[in-house]
Amino acid sequence: MRKENNIRLLKGLITGIIFGFLLQRGGVTSYNVIVGQLMLDDFTVVKIILTAIIVGMVGIYALYDLDKIELSPKNHSLRRVIPGGLIFGVGFALLGYCPGTIAGAVGQGSLDALIPGLAGIIIGSGLYAFFHEKFGEFFDRGRLEKPRLPDYLGVNHWKVVIPAVIILAGVLIILELI
Amino acid sequence: MEFLLQASWSPYLVGAAIGVLSWLSFLISRKALGTSTSYARTSGMILEKYDPERVSTLKYYQKYLPLVDWQWMLVLGIILGSFISALLSGSFSLHFRPPTDYISFLNQSGAGRFISALLGGIFIGFGSRFSGGCTSGHGISGTLQLSISSWIAAICFFIGGIATALLIY
Repeated sequence: MRKENNIRLLKGLITGIIFGFLLQRGGVTSYNVIVGQLMLDDFTVVKIILTAIIVGMVGIYALYDLDKIELSPKNHSLRRVIPGGLIFGVGFALLGYCPGTIAGAVGQGSLDALIPGLAGIIIGSGLYAFFHEKFGEFFDRGRLEKPRLPDYLGVNHWKVVIPAVIILAGVLIILELI
Repeated sequence: MEFLLQASWSPYLVGAAIGVLSWLSFLISRKALGTSTSYARTSGMILEKYDPERVSTLKYYQKYLPLVDWQWMLVLGIILGSFISALLSGSFSLHFRPPTDYISFLNQSGAGRFISALLGGIFIGFGSRFSGGCTSGHGISGTLQLSISSWIAAICFFIGGIATALLIY
Protein backbone atom coordinates (compact mmCIF):
# COMPACT_ATOMS: atom_id res chain seq x y z
CA MET A 1 0.00 0.00 0.00
CA ARG A 2 1.39 3.36 -0.99
CA LYS A 3 1.90 5.81 1.84
CA GLU A 4 3.63 8.92 3.04
CA ASN A 5 6.62 8.64 5.38
CA ASN A 6 6.08 7.16 8.82
CA ILE A 7 6.72 10.30 10.86
CA ARG A 8 4.07 12.11 8.86
CA LEU A 9 1.65 9.24 9.38
CA LEU A 10 2.31 9.22 13.11
CA LYS A 11 1.67 12.96 13.37
CA GLY A 12 -1.63 12.47 11.56
CA LEU A 13 -2.60 9.59 13.80
CA ILE A 14 -1.90 11.48 17.01
CA THR A 15 -3.71 14.58 15.76
CA GLY A 16 -6.67 12.37 14.91
CA ILE A 17 -6.70 10.61 18.28
CA ILE A 18 -6.90 13.96 20.06
CA PHE A 19 -9.54 15.21 17.62
CA GLY A 20 -11.60 12.03 18.00
CA PHE A 21 -11.40 12.19 21.79
CA LEU A 22 -12.62 15.79 21.75
CA LEU A 23 -15.44 15.10 19.30
CA GLN A 24 -16.72 12.17 21.37
CA ARG A 25 -16.42 14.07 24.64
CA GLY A 26 -18.19 17.00 23.07
CA GLY A 27 -21.11 14.75 22.21
CA VAL A 28 -21.06 15.35 18.45
CA THR A 29 -20.39 11.76 17.51
CA SER A 30 -24.02 11.17 18.35
CA TYR A 31 -26.80 10.95 15.74
CA ASN A 32 -29.23 12.53 18.16
CA VAL A 33 -27.01 15.55 18.80
CA ILE A 34 -26.40 16.20 15.11
CA VAL A 35 -30.03 15.77 14.09
CA GLY A 36 -30.91 17.85 17.15
CA GLN A 37 -28.75 20.66 15.78
CA LEU A 38 -30.34 20.45 12.34
CA MET A 39 -33.76 20.51 13.98
CA LEU A 40 -32.57 23.67 15.78
CA ASP A 41 -33.21 22.12 19.20
CA ASP A 42 -29.67 21.47 20.38
CA PHE A 43 -26.93 23.91 19.51
CA THR A 44 -23.97 21.85 20.70
CA VAL A 45 -22.61 21.40 17.17
CA VAL A 46 -22.70 25.11 16.33
CA LYS A 47 -21.26 26.07 19.73
CA ILE A 48 -18.30 23.77 19.19
CA ILE A 49 -17.72 24.90 15.61
CA LEU A 50 -17.98 28.64 16.34
CA THR A 51 -15.71 28.40 19.39
CA ALA A 52 -13.18 26.43 17.36
CA ILE A 53 -13.31 29.08 14.65
CA ILE A 54 -12.83 31.96 17.12
CA VAL A 55 -9.89 30.37 18.93
CA GLY A 56 -8.45 28.93 15.73
CA MET A 57 -8.69 32.15 13.75
CA VAL A 58 -6.91 34.33 16.29
CA GLY A 59 -4.12 31.83 16.90
CA ILE A 60 -3.60 30.97 13.24
CA TYR A 61 -3.39 34.58 12.13
CA ALA A 62 -1.04 35.38 15.02
CA LEU A 63 1.20 32.48 14.00
CA TYR A 64 0.99 33.65 10.40
CA ASP A 65 2.13 37.15 11.39
CA LEU A 66 5.02 35.63 13.30
CA ASP A 67 5.99 33.74 10.13
CA LYS A 68 5.58 30.43 11.90
CA ILE A 69 3.03 28.98 9.49
CA GLU A 70 1.71 29.25 5.96
CA LEU A 71 -1.98 29.42 5.22
CA SER A 72 -3.72 26.93 2.98
CA PRO A 73 -7.16 28.36 2.31
CA LYS A 74 -9.46 26.37 0.12
CA ASN A 75 -10.48 27.95 -3.15
CA HIS A 76 -13.22 26.02 -4.85
CA SER A 77 -15.56 27.72 -7.30
CA LEU A 78 -19.03 28.74 -6.18
CA ARG A 79 -20.37 26.40 -8.88
CA ARG A 80 -19.00 23.57 -6.77
CA VAL A 81 -19.35 24.88 -3.28
CA ILE A 82 -23.04 25.80 -3.41
CA PRO A 83 -24.57 22.66 -4.94
CA GLY A 84 -21.96 20.49 -3.22
CA GLY A 85 -22.71 22.09 0.11
CA LEU A 86 -26.45 21.65 -0.26
CA ILE A 87 -26.08 18.00 -1.28
CA PHE A 88 -23.81 17.48 1.72
CA GLY A 89 -26.52 19.05 3.87
CA VAL A 90 -29.14 16.58 2.67
CA GLY A 91 -26.80 13.73 3.53
CA PHE A 92 -26.01 15.32 6.88
CA ALA A 93 -29.68 15.16 7.88
CA LEU A 94 -30.24 11.64 6.54
CA LEU A 95 -27.08 10.11 7.92
CA GLY A 96 -26.88 12.11 11.13
CA TYR A 97 -23.10 12.29 10.94
CA CYS A 98 -20.45 14.08 8.90
CA PRO A 99 -17.19 12.56 7.57
CA GLY A 100 -15.32 13.41 10.77
CA THR A 101 -17.99 12.60 13.34
CA ILE A 102 -18.88 9.35 11.59
CA ALA A 103 -15.39 8.05 12.34
CA GLY A 104 -15.99 9.07 15.93
CA ALA A 105 -19.35 7.32 15.91
CA VAL A 106 -17.66 4.12 14.75
CA GLY A 107 -15.23 4.44 17.65
CA GLN A 108 -18.00 4.65 20.20
CA GLY A 109 -19.87 1.60 18.92
CA SER A 110 -22.38 2.96 16.41
CA LEU A 111 -22.56 0.13 13.90
CA ASP A 112 -24.80 2.08 11.51
CA ALA A 113 -21.88 4.48 11.14
CA LEU A 114 -19.64 1.64 10.05
CA ILE A 115 -21.97 -0.20 7.69
CA PRO A 116 -23.64 1.35 5.77
CA GLY A 117 -22.50 4.84 6.82
CA LEU A 118 -18.80 4.67 5.95
CA ALA A 119 -19.59 2.50 2.95
CA GLY A 120 -21.98 5.17 1.71
CA ILE A 121 -19.43 7.95 2.09
CA ILE A 122 -16.81 5.95 0.21
CA ILE A 123 -19.31 5.11 -2.55
CA GLY A 124 -20.40 8.75 -2.82
CA SER A 125 -16.79 9.90 -3.00
CA GLY A 126 -16.13 7.38 -5.76
CA LEU A 127 -19.18 8.52 -7.69
CA TYR A 128 -17.83 12.05 -7.57
CA ALA A 129 -14.57 10.92 -9.17
CA PHE A 130 -16.55 9.80 -12.21
CA PHE A 131 -18.75 12.90 -12.18
CA HIS A 132 -15.64 15.03 -12.03
CA GLU A 133 -14.19 13.32 -15.09
CA LYS A 134 -17.15 14.40 -17.19
CA PHE A 135 -18.18 17.69 -15.61
CA GLY A 136 -15.27 18.81 -13.47
CA GLU A 137 -14.03 21.40 -15.90
CA PHE A 138 -17.41 23.13 -16.15
CA PHE A 139 -17.90 23.30 -12.40
CA ASP A 140 -14.35 24.38 -11.68
CA ARG A 141 -14.77 27.61 -13.59
CA GLY A 142 -15.35 30.90 -11.84
CA ARG A 143 -12.91 30.49 -9.00
CA LEU A 144 -12.26 33.59 -6.94
CA GLU A 145 -8.94 35.27 -7.67
CA LYS A 146 -8.52 36.14 -4.02
CA PRO A 147 -9.78 33.25 -1.92
CA ARG A 148 -9.46 34.94 1.47
CA LEU A 149 -11.74 37.74 2.57
CA PRO A 150 -8.98 40.14 3.76
CA ASP A 151 -7.26 39.90 0.35
CA TYR A 152 -10.60 40.21 -1.43
CA LEU A 153 -11.36 43.39 0.51
CA GLY A 154 -7.76 44.58 0.32
CA VAL A 155 -7.39 45.08 4.04
CA ASN A 156 -5.10 43.82 6.78
CA HIS A 157 -6.46 40.55 8.12
CA TRP A 158 -6.95 41.83 11.66
CA LYS A 159 -9.53 44.26 10.24
CA VAL A 160 -11.56 41.18 9.40
CA VAL A 161 -10.53 38.85 12.23
CA ILE A 162 -11.48 41.21 15.04
CA PRO A 163 -15.00 42.04 13.80
CA ALA A 164 -15.49 38.35 12.92
CA VAL A 165 -14.55 37.24 16.43
CA ILE A 166 -16.86 39.84 17.94
CA ILE A 167 -19.78 38.78 15.74
CA LEU A 168 -19.22 35.06 16.34
CA ALA A 169 -18.87 35.62 20.09
CA GLY A 170 -22.08 37.63 19.95
CA VAL A 171 -23.86 34.72 18.27
CA LEU A 172 -22.61 32.36 20.98
CA ILE A 173 -23.85 34.70 23.71
CA ILE A 174 -27.27 34.91 22.06
CA LEU A 175 -27.39 31.10 21.80
CA GLU A 176 -26.67 30.84 25.52
CA LEU A 177 -29.40 33.28 26.39
CA ILE A 178 -32.27 31.84 24.35
CA MET B 1 -8.59 12.71 36.91
CA GLU B 2 -12.34 12.71 37.38
CA PHE B 3 -12.54 15.27 34.62
CA LEU B 4 -11.15 12.69 32.20
CA LEU B 5 -13.94 10.28 33.09
CA GLN B 6 -16.77 12.78 32.74
CA ALA B 7 -19.24 11.71 30.05
CA SER B 8 -19.45 15.09 28.40
CA TRP B 9 -17.46 18.30 28.32
CA SER B 10 -18.63 21.84 27.71
CA PRO B 11 -18.91 22.63 23.98
CA TYR B 12 -16.88 25.78 24.62
CA LEU B 13 -14.04 23.77 26.10
CA VAL B 14 -14.16 21.24 23.28
CA GLY B 15 -14.37 23.99 20.65
CA ALA B 16 -11.46 25.90 22.16
CA ALA B 17 -9.40 22.71 22.31
CA ILE B 18 -10.16 22.00 18.64
CA GLY B 19 -9.06 25.55 17.84
CA VAL B 20 -5.78 24.95 19.65
CA LEU B 21 -5.43 21.61 17.88
CA SER B 22 -5.71 23.53 14.60
CA TRP B 23 -2.79 25.74 15.60
CA LEU B 24 -0.70 22.69 16.46
CA SER B 25 -1.71 20.96 13.27
CA PHE B 26 -0.51 23.90 11.18
CA LEU B 27 2.68 24.26 13.23
CA ILE B 28 3.70 20.64 13.52
CA SER B 29 2.23 19.04 10.41
CA ARG B 30 1.74 22.00 8.08
CA LYS B 31 -1.79 20.69 7.63
CA ALA B 32 -5.28 21.93 8.34
CA LEU B 33 -7.80 19.64 10.04
CA GLY B 34 -9.99 17.92 7.45
CA THR B 35 -11.32 14.47 6.61
CA SER B 36 -13.21 14.12 3.37
CA THR B 37 -10.17 13.76 1.10
CA SER B 38 -9.34 10.54 2.91
CA TYR B 39 -12.63 8.96 1.87
CA ALA B 40 -11.92 9.94 -1.73
CA ARG B 41 -8.52 8.25 -1.51
CA THR B 42 -10.09 5.16 0.04
CA SER B 43 -12.60 4.93 -2.80
CA GLY B 44 -9.63 4.99 -5.15
CA MET B 45 -7.85 2.28 -3.20
CA ILE B 46 -10.87 0.01 -3.40
CA LEU B 47 -11.51 0.74 -7.08
CA GLU B 48 -7.84 0.01 -7.77
CA LYS B 49 -8.27 -3.57 -6.62
CA TYR B 50 -10.88 -4.15 -9.31
CA ASP B 51 -9.81 -1.84 -12.13
CA PRO B 52 -6.35 -0.30 -11.70
CA GLU B 53 -6.30 0.97 -15.29
CA ARG B 54 -9.44 3.03 -14.75
CA VAL B 55 -8.11 4.59 -11.55
CA SER B 56 -4.85 5.60 -13.19
CA THR B 57 -6.70 7.41 -15.96
CA LEU B 58 -9.31 9.24 -13.90
CA LYS B 59 -8.19 12.86 -13.37
CA TYR B 60 -9.60 12.89 -9.88
CA TYR B 61 -7.37 10.09 -8.68
CA GLN B 62 -4.37 11.71 -10.29
CA LYS B 63 -5.07 14.70 -8.13
CA TYR B 64 -6.00 12.70 -5.03
CA LEU B 65 -3.78 9.63 -5.20
CA PRO B 66 -5.11 6.47 -3.57
CA LEU B 67 -2.52 6.31 -0.82
CA VAL B 68 -2.39 6.40 2.95
CA ASP B 69 -1.38 9.91 4.01
CA TRP B 70 -1.42 12.24 7.03
CA GLN B 71 -5.12 12.88 6.78
CA TRP B 72 -6.00 9.22 6.28
CA MET B 73 -4.22 8.49 9.54
CA LEU B 74 -6.09 11.39 11.12
CA VAL B 75 -9.41 9.74 10.28
CA LEU B 76 -8.13 6.45 11.69
CA GLY B 77 -7.03 8.39 14.75
CA ILE B 78 -10.52 9.83 15.18
CA ILE B 79 -11.91 6.30 15.46
CA LEU B 80 -9.29 5.43 18.10
CA GLY B 81 -9.58 8.69 20.03
CA SER B 82 -13.33 8.43 20.17
CA PHE B 83 -13.04 4.83 21.33
CA ILE B 84 -10.66 5.81 24.13
CA SER B 85 -12.94 8.64 25.21
CA ALA B 86 -16.03 6.43 25.14
CA LEU B 87 -14.27 3.72 27.11
CA LEU B 88 -12.97 6.13 29.77
CA SER B 89 -16.34 7.79 30.24
CA GLY B 90 -18.39 4.62 30.07
CA SER B 91 -20.30 5.67 26.99
CA PHE B 92 -19.18 2.91 24.64
CA SER B 93 -22.14 0.92 23.40
CA LEU B 94 -22.69 -1.24 20.37
CA HIS B 95 -25.90 -0.50 18.54
CA PHE B 96 -27.24 -0.27 15.03
CA ARG B 97 -30.24 1.98 15.42
CA PRO B 98 -29.00 5.12 17.16
CA PRO B 99 -31.06 6.17 20.18
CA THR B 100 -32.88 9.35 19.23
CA ASP B 101 -35.68 11.77 20.10
CA TYR B 102 -36.42 12.37 16.43
CA ILE B 103 -38.64 9.52 15.41
CA SER B 104 -39.03 8.62 11.78
CA PHE B 105 -39.37 5.38 9.83
CA LEU B 106 -35.80 6.17 8.76
CA ASN B 107 -34.37 5.46 12.17
CA GLN B 108 -36.80 3.22 14.02
CA SER B 109 -36.39 0.01 12.05
CA GLY B 110 -33.19 -1.72 11.01
CA ALA B 111 -34.14 -1.51 7.35
CA GLY B 112 -35.08 2.16 7.60
CA ARG B 113 -31.81 3.02 9.30
CA PHE B 114 -29.86 1.02 6.74
CA ILE B 115 -31.43 3.02 3.92
CA SER B 116 -31.04 6.42 5.57
CA ALA B 117 -27.41 5.77 6.54
CA LEU B 118 -26.49 4.42 3.10
CA LEU B 119 -28.25 7.17 1.16
CA GLY B 120 -27.09 9.83 3.59
CA GLY B 121 -23.54 8.54 3.33
CA ILE B 122 -23.63 8.67 -0.46
CA PHE B 123 -24.89 12.26 -0.39
CA ILE B 124 -22.22 13.21 2.16
CA GLY B 125 -19.47 11.54 0.14
CA PHE B 126 -20.57 13.14 -3.11
CA GLY B 127 -21.39 16.51 -1.58
CA SER B 128 -18.15 16.78 0.36
CA ARG B 129 -16.03 16.06 -2.70
CA PHE B 130 -18.15 18.25 -4.96
CA SER B 131 -17.81 21.17 -2.53
CA GLY B 132 -14.20 20.33 -1.79
CA GLY B 133 -14.49 19.77 1.95
CA CYS B 134 -16.53 18.79 4.98
CA THR B 135 -17.54 20.30 8.33
CA SER B 136 -13.90 20.11 9.47
CA GLY B 137 -12.19 21.09 6.25
CA HIS B 138 -14.54 23.88 5.21
CA GLY B 139 -16.53 24.39 8.40
CA ILE B 140 -13.57 24.84 10.73
CA SER B 141 -10.27 25.04 8.86
CA GLY B 142 -11.50 27.00 5.86
CA THR B 143 -13.63 29.41 7.84
CA LEU B 144 -10.95 30.20 10.41
CA GLN B 145 -8.59 31.12 7.57
CA LEU B 146 -11.34 33.42 6.27
CA SER B 147 -11.67 31.50 3.02
CA ILE B 148 -14.75 32.91 1.27
CA SER B 149 -15.66 29.63 -0.44
CA SER B 150 -15.47 27.78 2.88
CA TRP B 151 -17.87 30.17 4.58
CA ILE B 152 -20.31 29.71 1.72
CA ALA B 153 -19.87 25.94 1.81
CA ALA B 154 -20.46 25.81 5.57
CA ILE B 155 -23.60 27.90 5.27
CA CYS B 156 -24.88 25.61 2.49
CA PHE B 157 -24.16 22.52 4.64
CA PHE B 158 -26.50 23.91 7.25
CA ILE B 159 -29.16 25.25 4.89
CA GLY B 160 -29.34 21.83 3.21
CA GLY B 161 -29.21 20.00 6.51
CA ILE B 162 -31.78 22.08 8.34
CA ALA B 163 -34.25 22.08 5.44
CA THR B 164 -33.95 18.31 5.04
CA ALA B 165 -34.22 17.58 8.76
CA LEU B 166 -37.28 19.75 9.21
CA LEU B 167 -38.87 17.98 6.24
CA ILE B 168 -38.21 14.41 7.28
CA TYR B 169 -38.41 14.32 11.08
